[in-house]
Amino acid sequence: MEPRPVDNRAWGLVLPVVLIVSFSAIIPLMTVVNYSVQDILGPTQRVFVGTDWFHDVLKDEDLHGAFWRQLLFSGVVLAVEIPLGLAIALAVPRSGRWVSLCLVLLGIPLLIPWNVVGTIWQIFARADIGLGGYAIAGLMGVDYNYASNPLDAWLTVVVMDVWHWTPLVVLLCYAGLRAIPDAFYQAAAIDGASSWSVFRFIQLPKLRRVLIIAVLLRLMDSFMIYTEPFVLTGGGPGNTTTFLSQYLTRLAVGQFDVGPAAAFSIVYFLIILLLSFVFYTVLTRVGRGGEA
Amino acid sequence: MARIRLAEVAHSYRPDPRSDADYALQPLDLVWEDGGAYALLGPSGSGKTTILNILSGLLVPTRGRVLFGDEDVTRKPPRARNIAQVFQFPVIYDTMTVAENLAFPLRNRGLPAAEIRARVAEIAELLDLAGDLDRRASGLTADAKQRISMGRGLVRRNVAAILFDEPLTVIDPHLKWLLRRKLKQIHEQLGVTLVYVTHDQTEALTFADRVVVMNDGRVLQQGTPQELFEDPADAFVGHFIGSPGMNLMPCQIIDRSAVVGGQRVALAAGAAPAPPAGAGRLQLGIRPEFVRLAPVPGASALSVRIEAVEHLGTYCIVTALLGDVPLKLRAPETFDAAPGAAIQVWFPPERVKIYADGRDVARSLAEPAREIA
Amino acid sequence: MRARRFFLILYFVLLLLPIYWLVCMSLKTNEEILGAFRLVPDRPTLENFRHIFGDPSWYMTYVNSLEFVLLNTALSVAVALPAAYAFSRYRFIGDKHLFFWLLTNRMSPPAVFLLPFFQFYSAVGLFDTPWAVALAHCLFNVPLAVWILEGFISGVPREIDETAALDGYSFPRFFAFVFVPLIRSGIGVTAFFCFMFSWVELLLARTLTSTATKPIVAAMTRTVSAAGMDWGLLAAAGVLTMIPGTILIWFVRNYIAKGFALGRV
Repeated sequence: MEPRPVDNRAWGLVLPVVLIVSFSAIIPLMTVVNYSVQDILGPTQRVFVGTDWFHDVLKDEDLHGAFWRQLLFSGVVLAVEIPLGLAIALAVPRSGRWVSLCLVLLGIPLLIPWNVVGTIWQIFARADIGLGGYAIAGLMGVDYNYASNPLDAWLTVVVMDVWHWTPLVVLLCYAGLRAIPDAFYQAAAIDGASSWSVFRFIQLPKLRRVLIIAVLLRLMDSFMIYTEPFVLTGGGPGNTTTFLSQYLTRLAVGQFDVGPAAAFSIVYFLIILLLSFVFYTVLTRVGRGGEA
Repeated sequence: MARIRLAEVAHSYRPDPRSDADYALQPLDLVWEDGGAYALLGPSGSGKTTILNILSGLLVPTRGRVLFGDEDVTRKPPRARNIAQVFQFPVIYDTMTVAENLAFPLRNRGLPAAEIRARVAEIAELLDLAGDLDRRASGLTADAKQRISMGRGLVRRNVAAILFDEPLTVIDPHLKWLLRRKLKQIHEQLGVTLVYVTHDQTEALTFADRVVVMNDGRVLQQGTPQELFEDPADAFVGHFIGSPGMNLMPCQIIDRSAVVGGQRVALAAGAAPAPPAGAGRLQLGIRPEFVRLAPVPGASALSVRIEAVEHLGTYCIVTALLGDVPLKLRAPETFDAAPGAAIQVWFPPERVKIYADGRDVARSLAEPAREIA
Repeated sequence: MRARRFFLILYFVLLLLPIYWLVCMSLKTNEEILGAFRLVPDRPTLENFRHIFGDPSWYMTYVNSLEFVLLNTALSVAVALPAAYAFSRYRFIGDKHLFFWLLTNRMSPPAVFLLPFFQFYSAVGLFDTPWAVALAHCLFNVPLAVWILEGFISGVPREIDETAALDGYSFPRFFAFVFVPLIRSGIGVTAFFCFMFSWVELLLARTLTSTATKPIVAAMTRTVSAAGMDWGLLAAAGVLTMIPGTILIWFVRNYIAKGFALGRV
């Protein structure tokens, strides 16, 4: 393949995208930076405070709490969704008439508005009117209440996220599996390989890129989660299920403390930026690493 | 090591085949003698890979039996058969070294480690892989990877046959002949039955002792390269083999002679005493190599007009018109007649074949009831 | 293989259970819900749905949602097409950095942009119009669209562009009449994902709208009356939000695997 020609006129084609995304991204970001270094006492009274807000925010106990809770949540969710998603992708048939049905069923949770996801689980996990809650409380005789018990709340939020997002991992892994040519499975059959060997030596190596994408995507998306836990538990009981996005939203919208909110936004954004940089680097390196 | 036989095997990829058209592989009977080098030759979609997969056990035929020696292995999975298969593109285990790749089939069968090591070393030596044994297999060139694939097949001691499915497809042209030579070497040294599937007639004819020509799911002819060249049983075989292929010209049979393009061609005695009953399309076939430039004493010559002359170094290909029927013939490099000129040619009767509906008339006259298989 | 099939069926049952429950809820009246617990609705009723279809303040919210989602999808795809073409076919100054920057926007937490967006769109008078949300959603949908389309475009051989140029097509004509038809399925997949991510989003959709263009997702999060949660109504509203998605996915089911195959969601 010839290398692509260098042509700076291509900027013309790219301009609309740049404009729109700048519009949506840079301008607001500049506003945020602006707010993060000022104290706005009134419409006409602004005092430049430099990095004061940043200091305050980074020392904030509540922020630390939200951050650790976020890390724990993302960790748990990843640890469950990735292996589970992979296992299910292996179970979906490679061809045949059931494949379409499986894909449609897998797509349904991904297409439900996030607040409805929260609502579904809000109802489902209640011990009095929900099937899930009733089953746990009634059949297992456990006192289950996600509104008052932090552990129950955590479990419910985690299960809800797993229910919601595992299909994404499944679809990614399934696409990756489908891309493996039949000849590999045929050669393995002739070589007398067991199913475990096929998984370990053929499927897993060929899924490396897809799995990395799945991990990084889920990591970042779970770091930004807001709506579902907000609808389900409101961040409670107390703030036991308040993660980073909700903390930020509370600061910005609820309390109208623009300065600290803006400072925290910058910090939050930098964390995500770091993760995306890792994503991009790993991805391009794996992409160019010459898969066989 | 044994004789392999496909008995009345037919295969359909549909779950409930009804007519002949639903079958990808029409009923056939094939025998592969122990230690032979065979080629399965034919265009894409002719059923070659289907036969290969039936032999290795990756496919269970809709009808018929597969016999290794006297044993019916039709339902045996690939793992239980002593077959190895090399695919179109190199299939290797990326995460393993070359040595581990070669050892894999033996480890799966539970052989002791010392024996595995010895076997791997032996085969690596044979395939010029000895220096790369500890390298990651994924880092090697395509032809080295194909040799590793071959090695995985050879490493099992009692392998009955090695099947190759167009294995040179992704190899660089200048390395193809090296690999082909290696295959020949392996064959001579180990005496394993080799079955080589290809659509390239040069590969097939140079590699194999016996070639099976297929088209449209049917076996058209089986024989040595020479037999296929000199005595094609089917018009398709005649046309497919040879460069350029056999000339096939519409003809009529009148008074024990063939008439092509308004001119009479003498036929060998007993070639076509009378038009076979119910014959459809009649064609006269003769290879460009066998068309002789007249005058030949005592023979009736045919008059043709030259259309084009291609000089190909040591010989020429002349395209001419016999009446209004095109004809190609080979001429020596000194040939100097120009396009538009008329020349005389002669068809040696023993080199002329008559085909009715694509089938060799001489054969059907000799054994009318026998199916070509 | 039996174990696999059983495991798969078990998973799908667990997957559908909460949805089944929601549907059940939507077919019950509030009294029935708060009454005895039943696995299947005792006396299924369409009352909740009738309420929604009969009340403009409810059903208009669906229309509002569809409005900005479709607007956003059209906008994102239209803008991303030429850009994706550029990234695929050419190298230019800053191309890698630009691509990376686009990617970061896909990963931007909407929460960070809440306040600035709110102030900005209010200032330019686009607050509470479908344009506000449509443009705001471009933040993450346009990069996604560029990314997916670039993959599909790279799959089309450059020879086609060159042939069209030799045949005398001007670039816009070539793009519209030759190229776009070739990547139809790619455009379909991209539109699907843009629709999906816009339809499901809550935070921005709620913050940037008020009464005129209130989307269904906002209406649902405010359904608490004096008498407490109207579970039946809420469930019915929820069921209705799932319908566009299910229909869409049925239509693109054959292309989903392909879109995910590029690993670009």
